[in-house]
Amino acid sequence: MSYNWNWSIFFEPAPGGTGTYFDMLLRGLWLTIQTGVFAWIIALVLGSIIGVLRTLPSKTAYWVGFAYVEFFRNMPLLVQLFLWFFVLPELLPRSWGLWLKQMPHAPFYTAAVGIGLFMSARVAVQLAAGIASLPRGQKQAATALGLTTFQAYRYVLLPIAFRIIMPPLTSEFLNTIKNTAVAITIGLIELTGQARSMQEFSFQVFEAFTAATVMYLLINIIVVTGMRYLERSLAIPGYITGK
Amino acid sequence: MFANFDFDVIRRSLGYLFLDGMTFTLTLTALSAVGGIIFGTLIALMRLSGFRLLGRIAGLYVDFMRSLPLVLVIFWFYFLVPYVGQWVTGASRPIAVGAFTSALVTFIMFEAAYFSEIMRAGIQSISKGQPAAANALGLTYAQTMRYVVLPQAFRNMLPVLLTQTIVLFQDTSLVYVLSMPDFLGAASKVAQRDGRLVEMYLFAAVVYFTISCAASFAVRRLQARISIVR
Repeated sequence: MSYNWNWSIFFEPAPGGTGTYFDMLLRGLWLTIQTGVFAWIIALVLGSIIGVLRTLPSKTAYWVGFAYVEFFRNMPLLVQLFLWFFVLPELLPRSWGLWLKQMPHAPFYTAAVGIGLFMSARVAVQLAAGIASLPRGQKQAATALGLTTFQAYRYVLLPIAFRIIMPPLTSEFLNTIKNTAVAITIGLIELTGQARSMQEFSFQVFEAFTAATVMYLLINIIVVTGMRYLERSLAIPGYITGK
Repeated sequence: MFANFDFDVIRRSLGYLFLDGMTFTLTLTALSAVGGIIFGTLIALMRLSGFRLLGRIAGLYVDFMRSLPLVLVIFWFYFLVPYVGQWVTGASRPIAVGAFTSALVTFIMFEAAYFSEIMRAGIQSISKGQPAAANALGLTYAQTMRYVVLPQAFRNMLPVLLTQTIVLFQDTSLVYVLSMPDFLGAASKVAQRDGRLVEMYLFAAVVYFTISCAASFAVRRLQARISIVR
């Protein structure tokens, strides 16, 4: 291969005077983690609400949940980010639109909220499936004990449903972190974005992308290990995921 | 709210959007799906082959691809494919690869990891008696797979494979990062040329939404039909 490898490039100062190329990548990594976690919190909260709506006996609640999920699942994430970033400020009243456009760190908030909404539809589907997989007796027993619907979900159904869907939730969390890379299209310079600008400044394409790849792999390993630990410490002895 | 909108910009650019943009997107989706399913099936067969080393390699490949963001993989292949082409053809300098070829290679390699997991589940869903019976009839491994296991696995997994293809259809919009002329790329070019971001992005969203919705509805119908037959 006629490519000049130069692994010491990471310790050379990057243009911009803010440290080495390695510092640049680390800043990207940090932004990826921040965006991912922020988006994941939104996805988890909204996804749980919608997921529960889809399992309630009410027809209206079911349809609201269904429409929400279909809306966010049937458009590419990139298009959704464009809608929030370019289209929404124009559709709002003038002063609100201006406020949105002039907000500091607009790409960060747009990415976090946009990716959060996109992932919330997926979380909702997983949670609804988790609740549906519980034996019918659970809900009936809760009702027989005199629990309200809210109490039945809060104390009986959700604690177990969340434990059941822990493995798919782990991969949805990883998807959330991976999806933050899409936000480079609205100007968020996260890990992939920093690798890309390092490539543009230094012409060391493969070193830059290799470093970014290694960082993504590390994130994956840490999240998978952490979630497995969480799963084990939350397991109910003798029940489904318990030993 | 829509008072100063110019919806005529959509009508004027329909030809470019669909004849160029959508054709690019659909061709890329179809070829990537076919390539990804073939390559993914090979990976699944490697994982289930019983040869430990082959299984390890295939497993590592799948885990590796699945832990990277697609955008990063698109960049990787965009820069890597010319060098690989040089190495394969023995040329003296990295060969020029068209945007479409680069995107196609990326999506086949990336989606194969996801398709292989589906095919693996499909192959594992076939009862042990089937390959055993094929073996007893004197079929070779290749024949068993070709005539007994894979057709059934493929059929069982068809709805899931198609759903993944819808995801792939949406994912092809990411070639935007290399400014390729897919549907979204075309919409975005018109949007920036005419200063009509709102109209074009709304229209693109509606088109993606309609196609994905119709496709997933069709998959659901198909799934219902298949599950009655079994």
